[in-house]
Amino acid sequence: MVHGFALLLVCQLIGEVAVQALSLPVPGPLIGMLLLFVGLLVRGGLPDEVRDAANAMLRHLMLLFIPAVTGVMMYFDRIAREWLPFMAACIVGTAITMIATALTLRWMLRVTGTARDRE
Amino acid sequence: MADVGLFRVWVFLSSSPLLWLTVTVLVYLAALWLYTRSGGHSLVNPILLSVVGLVGVLHFTATPYPVYFEGAKFVHFLIGPATVALAVPLYAQLERLKSMWLPIGVAVVVGSTVAIVSALAIGRVLGASHTTLMSLAPKSSTLPIAMSMAEQIGGVPALAAMAVAVTGISGAMMARGLLNLLRIEDPAVRGFSVGIAAHAAGTARALQVGTVNGAFAALALALNSIATAFLIPLLVRVLRPLL
Repeated sequence: MVHGFALLLVCQLIGEVAVQALSLPVPGPLIGMLLLFVGLLVRGGLPDEVRDAANAMLRHLMLLFIPAVTGVMMYFDRIAREWLPFMAACIVGTAITMIATALTLRWMLRVTGTARDRE
Repeated sequence: MADVGLFRVWVFLSSSPLLWLTVTVLVYLAALWLYTRSGGHSLVNPILLSVVGLVGVLHFTATPYPVYFEGAKFVHFLIGPATVALAVPLYAQLERLKSMWLPIGVAVVVGSTVAIVSALAIGRVLGASHTTLMSLAPKSSTLPIAMSMAEQIGGVPALAAMAVAVTGISGAMMARGLLNLLRIEDPAVRGFSVGIAAHAAGTARALQVGTVNGAFAALALALNSIATAFLIPLLVRVLRPLL
């Protein structure tokens, strides 16, 4: 487990350094994720150590977002002024995006004959 | 005298990161208990419940957010390694990914574009200021991307962070109902559209629903973050006359 966790941290570290050094427009952990994915592809298998560490991290992913989201309390007054366009754009926009993505992907899967609707 | 003693304990606790770290974890466990008790109902979102509870506690104890964050940052820090860990469920779906690269590529470009344009259009029609519009545009990508993109195009990073939070939580809450309404059965399609529209909060929800859902949500999250970084500057330039 500790080895697996160390690997996650090393991937993130390399990602952060790459983002800083090359001024990439994406966050470091995202590069770290792609790096780990490519590493698993090259190795051709998932070591138990890595699987256990990843599962431990992801089981309570929701907990990790709570501190950042609690930060909304600092911006209540900003939102109060434009709450309608703000909330509508977020909520209705998200619904439209989800529908558009789902329909596009389902349609594309049918067209290319890779659909697997009953799973 | 007891009051003085209690006050001293409070002074110690409120200046130590231990208190707010512990409170964050306990509030989350309480929210998770409610979520499990409700049978995993989408409307009982553990993030939303926890945040409502925490904002209440912080307000009641007159604790400023930066003081709270001194403790909570230890949890916050783990978002980095957890993001890296998303490679694991993704790798588990390798066979399916290989056969789906073209549909996935098209769906990312469509989904990412619709996310940005719909936010701008709705905000514009309802009279949002230019600053708010620019903060709303990157709302479906992950927090760090949204904040830096907003700043780059003339929005406010803090407002973008709030838009990301509302998007993620509302997306996680409406995913099941919306996708059932469209009769989307494939867990890959369900997970993917939640990941595109509602980034990490949606992915966290999808991981609880199932492994295939979670893997495709993680894939969508990663691809959408990259797509947003490229599409935002382009779309904002193209749509400028209308904004």
